[in-house]
Amino acid sequence: MMQMQKPRLILDNGLRVDGRKPDEMRPIRIELGILKNADGSALFEMGNTKVIAAVYGPKEMHPRHLALPDRAVLRVRYHMTPFSTDKRKNPAPSRREIELSKVIREALESAVLVELFPRTVIDVFMEVIQADAGTRLVSLMSASLALADAGVPMRDLIAGVAVGKVDGILVLDLNEPEDMWGEADMPVALMPSLKQVALLQLNGNLTPQEFRQGLEMAQRGIETIYNLQKEAIKKKYAEYREE
Amino acid sequence: MSTVNKIYLEDRSIVTPGDLIAEGDFQIPWSPYFYKINNKYYSSITGLLEVKGNVFEVIPLEGNRYFPKVGDTVIGLIEDIEIYGWILDIKSPYSAYLPALSVLGRPVSPGEDLRRYLNVGDYVVAKIETYDRTINPILSVKGKNLGRVANGIVIDIPPVKVPRVVGKNKSMLDTLTEETGCEILVAQNGRILANCANKIIEEALISAIRLIERESHIKGLTEKIRKFLREKLGENKNDANAKTSTNT
Repeated sequence: MMQMQKPRLILDNGLRVDGRKPDEMRPIRIELGILKNADGSALFEMGNTKVIAAVYGPKEMHPRHLALPDRAVLRVRYHMTPFSTDKRKNPAPSRREIELSKVIREALESAVLVELFPRTVIDVFMEVIQADAGTRLVSLMSASLALADAGVPMRDLIAGVAVGKVDGILVLDLNEPEDMWGEADMPVALMPSLKQVALLQLNGNLTPQEFRQGLEMAQRGIETIYNLQKEAIKKKYAEYREE
Repeated sequence: MSTVNKIYLEDRSIVTPGDLIAEGDFQIPWSPYFYKINNKYYSSITGLLEVKGNVFEVIPLEGNRYFPKVGDTVIGLIEDIEIYGWILDIKSPYSAYLPALSVLGRPVSPGEDLRRYLNVGDYVVAKIETYDRTINPILSVKGKNLGRVANGIVIDIPPVKVPRVVGKNKSMLDTLTEETGCEILVAQNGRILANCANKIIEEALISAIRLIERESHIKGLTEKIRKFLREKLGENKNDANAKTSTNT
């Protein structure tokens, strides 16, 4: 599977390895309320990346001393299933997964109205079913939808997409080879209604101009995703409306 | 008022977290279901927007938890017994405490076993006496129709659906009572206590409640439920005599 030499990422006709235009995203599928036992759940697919998120709570914190007197605690777990990658992944949480859990937790904390539920805990679990680059953003989005499905008050839904530079060209929504061989990868997550940034990381090098351009590109992509997310939430209720 | 109040969305539209509802300065009670930044009102949950003239309200559509409010009637399930009272589950993020003083009307004598009065697994109809952000809710059974549930069935629904089961001006609750002849108490925390004449009516009532739960955001649900119950019950309606024949 593993290619040892860098492939050409932008083909002669200006398209990418999977046939997308530079500013084209992968197809998205969203489903809410897929798990019966959880208070809220969501499945988010972006191309080959597939993540399930489940939310439990707000509920009483045990042990008590870990609870905060003025707000709810978010316990977030990002985990990749052993079968999510092409080589089996050890199911024990790795350094990377622990870090991503923290990054996602901090993004969610900016959205969830944690001050409403002092002394409680909200558990958020994310399982990467299939990984093909961009799992942190897909996980974050599925978690935000699962929270909405659970009825946890939030400032806004979180939508995000990565921009990157491959073969010197800015591209939207990287896939695995582009992530691996590209020059830069910048995941961006926003709360679109409030025009606030929930998560922004940058791996690699971009010039200030490319950064600005990339951010604009991501914003446009996020707008599309945000509308899809809202649509997915409303779909559940539209079915009954028609009667 | 310096700014013009403007509501952007229509009545009965479905809102998602982050939806801009209105702009201006509204005289409306605080609610966790929307928030205000720079005179802009945003929804914080998936809900149904109700616009009445120049005020609005966000009614949640999702959520399995009840948020305690002082004065609410709730049905609690006893989970644990302590020396001076009981710990109850009221389907909220916080467990409630029912002091024995309120049940017995006198202090607990030393060595007295509270199990004699209320045991684990009992349902209790109670009122929330005190609650704020710093303390768990404390219940009281002082008042009419409060206390241990002796008979009937308790039906669990998500607390966000309670307003729909009650309906505007109790219209839905009246329909349910009229059509089934059951004695129904809807507690704010999403538990319904029903005393029915027989099993058939009981089952019809449960399926009617499940229907309300599923289609809580549809207009004209009350009439649908009335039709549903008439169809289901037929001549069984209000028939207390059916008790002996069907209960076997």
